Amino acid sequence: MTAVAAASREAGHRWVAPVPAFWFAVLIVTVLLSNYGRDLSKAWDARWMVRYPSGWKLPIASEISAAMKWLVEEASFGLFTFREMTRGIAWAIEVPYDLALALLSTGLMQGLGSDAVQLVPPLSWIAVTLGVVALGHYARDWRLAALAGGAFVYLAVFGQWDSAMVTLASIAIAVPIGVAGGLLLGIAAYRAPWFERAIMPVLDLMQTIPIFAYLVPILFLFGFGPVSALVATIIYAMPPMVRIATLSLKGVDPEIVDFGVMAGCTPRQMMWRVLVPAAGPGLMVGVNQVIMLSLNMVIIASMIGAGGLGYDVLASLRRLDIGAGLEAGIAIVVLAIALDRISQALAARRPDHRESGAEAGLIARHRRLLIVIAAILGAFLLGRLAPVFQAYPDAYTVTTAAFWESLVAWLNVNLFDTLEAIKTALLTWFLLPIKRFLLGIPWPWGIVVVTLAGWHFGRWKLALLCASLAGFIAVTGLWPKAMTTVYLCGASVIIASAIGIPLGIWAALSQRAGKVIGVVIDTLQTLPSFVYLIPVVMLFRVGDFTAMIAVVLYALAPAIRYTAHGIRSVDGQLIEAGIVSGCTPRQLLTRIRLPLAFPEILLGINQTIMLALSMLVITALVGTRDLGQEVYIALTKADTGRGLVAGLAVAFIAIIADRLISASARAARRRYGLEGGHG
Amino acid sequence: MKTLTIAKTHLTGIVLGLALAVTPAMAEVESKDPIKMTLHDWTGQLLTTNLMAEVLKNAGYNVELVQADYIAQFAGLKTGDLHVAMEIWETTGREAMDEATATGKVVNAGSTGMQAIEEWWYPAYMKEACPGLPDWQALNDCAEEFATPETAPMGRYLGAPVTWGGFDDERVEALEMDFEVVHAGTDAALFAELQSAYQRKAPIVLWVYAPHWAPTKFEGEWVEFPPYTKECYEDASWGSNPDAAYDCGKPRGPIWKVTWAGVKDKWPGAYRAIEAFNISNAEMGAMVSAVDLDKRPLEEVVAEWMAKNEKHWKSWIQ
Repeated sequence: MTAVAAASREAGHRWVAPVPAFWFAVLIVTVLLSNYGRDLSKAWDARWMVRYPSGWKLPIASEISAAMKWLVEEASFGLFTFREMTRGIAWAIEVPYDLALALLSTGLMQGLGSDAVQLVPPLSWIAVTLGVVALGHYARDWRLAALAGGAFVYLAVFGQWDSAMVTLASIAIAVPIGVAGGLLLGIAAYRAPWFERAIMPVLDLMQTIPIFAYLVPILFLFGFGPVSALVATIIYAMPPMVRIATLSLKGVDPEIVDFGVMAGCTPRQMMWRVLVPAAGPGLMVGVNQVIMLSLNMVIIASMIGAGGLGYDVLASLRRLDIGAGLEAGIAIVVLAIALDRISQALAARRPDHRESGAEAGLIARHRRLLIVIAAILGAFLLGRLAPVFQAYPDAYTVTTAAFWESLVAWLNVNLFDTLEAIKTALLTWFLLPIKRFLLGIPWPWGIVVVTLAGWHFGRWKLALLCASLAGFIAVTGLWPKAMTTVYLCGASVIIASAIGIPLGIWAALSQRAGKVIGVVIDTLQTLPSFVYLIPVVMLFRVGDFTAMIAVVLYALAPAIRYTAHGIRSVDGQLIEAGIVSGCTPRQLLTRIRLPLAFPEILLGINQTIMLALSMLVITALVGTRDLGQEVYIALTKADTGRGLVAGLAVAFIAIIADRLISASARAARRRYGLEGGHG
Repeated sequence: MKTLTIAKTHLTGIVLGLALAVTPAMAEVESKDPIKMTLHDWTGQLLTTNLMAEVLKNAGYNVELVQADYIAQFAGLKTGDLHVAMEIWETTGREAMDEATATGKVVNAGSTGMQAIEEWWYPAYMKEACPGLPDWQALNDCAEEFATPETAPMGRYLGAPVTWGGFDDERVEALEMDFEVVHAGTDAALFAELQSAYQRKAPIVLWVYAPHWAPTKFEGEWVEFPPYTKECYEDASWGSNPDAAYDCGKPRGPIWKVTWAGVKDKWPGAYRAIEAFNISNAEMGAMVSAVDLDKRPLEEVVAEWMAKNEKHWKSWIQ
């Protein structure tokens, strides 16, 4: 047991860790340096302290750009060039994508471009809806079937069908590739520990580098059009699948493995006949994550040519058609909810459902499938006679766009002054002081503090990691922008936690509140943030405050989820013990539930930080001066190196925050004896 | 014709076949490969591109419209993945365009006939508070009207996304104006603020560009700075401030068309048509408002223009 951990243990079972005198001293020095660093640097004639000299900057960005150029234009494996390889991959993705698109949206076409002639129309809206209903029924029951069917009818009635099918087609391609790739990597990581160690940092980077940072190289390598968008989506959505696959394979009951060994399985049989099926439910959680993350990407994917609902959102917000943007955004949410519920039901589905009809004949067993096929054929034939069976008629679509438009206008005219006062107060008393404090810290001291924190939680290994990552940010000349990033994310995370943790507690203690809150945060997470960003700009103007609201709305979910989960999973016996010893409900909460849920809450805050960082690029769209803006500028200038370096800086901030918080969560768990590891 | 024989096997085949036969079979075109034209995310560009596409189709060419980012598309134009970009603005795309044409893989196919205007703009109701507008000095005299808590006592000027350039920070400095420049992140954010202020009749001065629907929908005027000259941007001694450049308004310049260098060889006729394409600001402004404000379908607006101006566009494909 290390001295520090021991010290904090001795401090008793208060749930706020004691602040040792040392850290208090560090804080004082930081505050002093932040306030007087500038004067100090003038007195010592050491300007380098407050502003990293451009002469010391390493040309990492231009080197990456040059390497990229070489990769695109010259790199070769002898027989074929690197670019031919990536173009080959692009082709391999494009073929199934075109097929899915033909089925769902365009119909089977003959010829190219405007010469193309439709040979067979796409699946009719009735057939697709019936297919989804059947899938819902297969996955669980009629209620799910009704929910899924209702979602698709909604898409048709609100006039979102065509775009939704384009989006669905890209999801239908991105998800299987993401899942298969993730599963294979997960298996490799399960089999070879060295591979796991090698791939984990890569996964961290894949999840934390803003997508905009690698869009440009992807465009170079995979060409223009939906394929690049698909590749970007897959890169973004795959990492959780790898992690979950590795975890659930490791979690398979050893007895099952032993049984496999006794039955004489070959390694291949062991993997595909024993381990993968046994890890099934866990793997389906991964599939679900891939679906949700893919849907998160639709807006950004539409910026590089994916089309579909994401494009509708972007285009309508560009002409400030807030209502239409919101409707397209809600269509994404509806699609997400339908796919999410079905995939979760499939995950929870017990395989023995299927066996019940095994005795019956072929037709009886596949009744559902046959009905769907019949519906597809029927709708196709009827569609020849009456177009309503082929495509939902435009005349019967409804729209609520005008309502939203006037709602925002009303809010704007009547509440602007009140909102303005709130905003000014928050800016003056909360945001600006944090900004001044963080931006005032001289960069060398900033690195020292981060390194010390690394040392505190994880000894030399973590200290070294923190020092080198923070050092990278300094030597690339991105320190001031990085600090703006930390400020914006930090302030947002504080507010998100202040709102999210109480809501999480409430959701855990009251089942009804839990349900409502669950729906709200699901919606907030899948509703593209661009949809609410523009009305927020109208109410609060361009600036940090607007960006903060967007970040808080998006990053709230994990703070709520993890808190609720942590409190729900507190051991019932401990609660009983509390009640027996006469705790009031309030004491139960503050003395038992909260302390025990603390490690879980910390992880929630950790996730909140990750999401806040991933929103950065979006906030650049309303005009912030942080790393997100740097990435965005690099994208619009097609500057690969600059974008990747800024993206890496974002990733490094995320990694530093993640490692420090995970380490402290581990320490907290140890303190409460939730985890072994007294060293 | 292969297309026809396959199509005939289907119920609709005959109808489609007829449709194909009826389409004016124009003079033989050089290649039936699709010409890929890029679409961006503002209505004016969608209109220009669809117009050009319709004209080319009419001449018998095969056209494919693809989504691409405004600046990132140059990578595709260089490799020949993409072929035609119909709107590159002198004001925002010059740098990227020059870089691309310098490689020799992309060529400038001349102006679209439209003039890009980018300048400080204010709603008409501000004239009451600031007599003397649109003169820039009058604007400066009532800078306080435009102040917000974050910028007070300076006025707040909402600039374009930093990526668009425009030298507004330098302009404020050089003209010694009492304004603080705040950059919007996207033009959606820019016009969201305008709409919000306009609904409340609140003070605002911001970057607006034309052709765009905003100057049509909202009543207002461009601020009049000392007119732009090349010397003003390059020579500090020019203008009212002898020590600084940029003491003048923004340049107004053409909107260019660019193509992949290979277009000229592969589809010479199409290239000539693209080169010949031209349309005026007023015509475009009217079409943009028809789509964005009257919410009419884009195809309909394009078809209407084609019907009205047949002689004009027929001359491009002669």
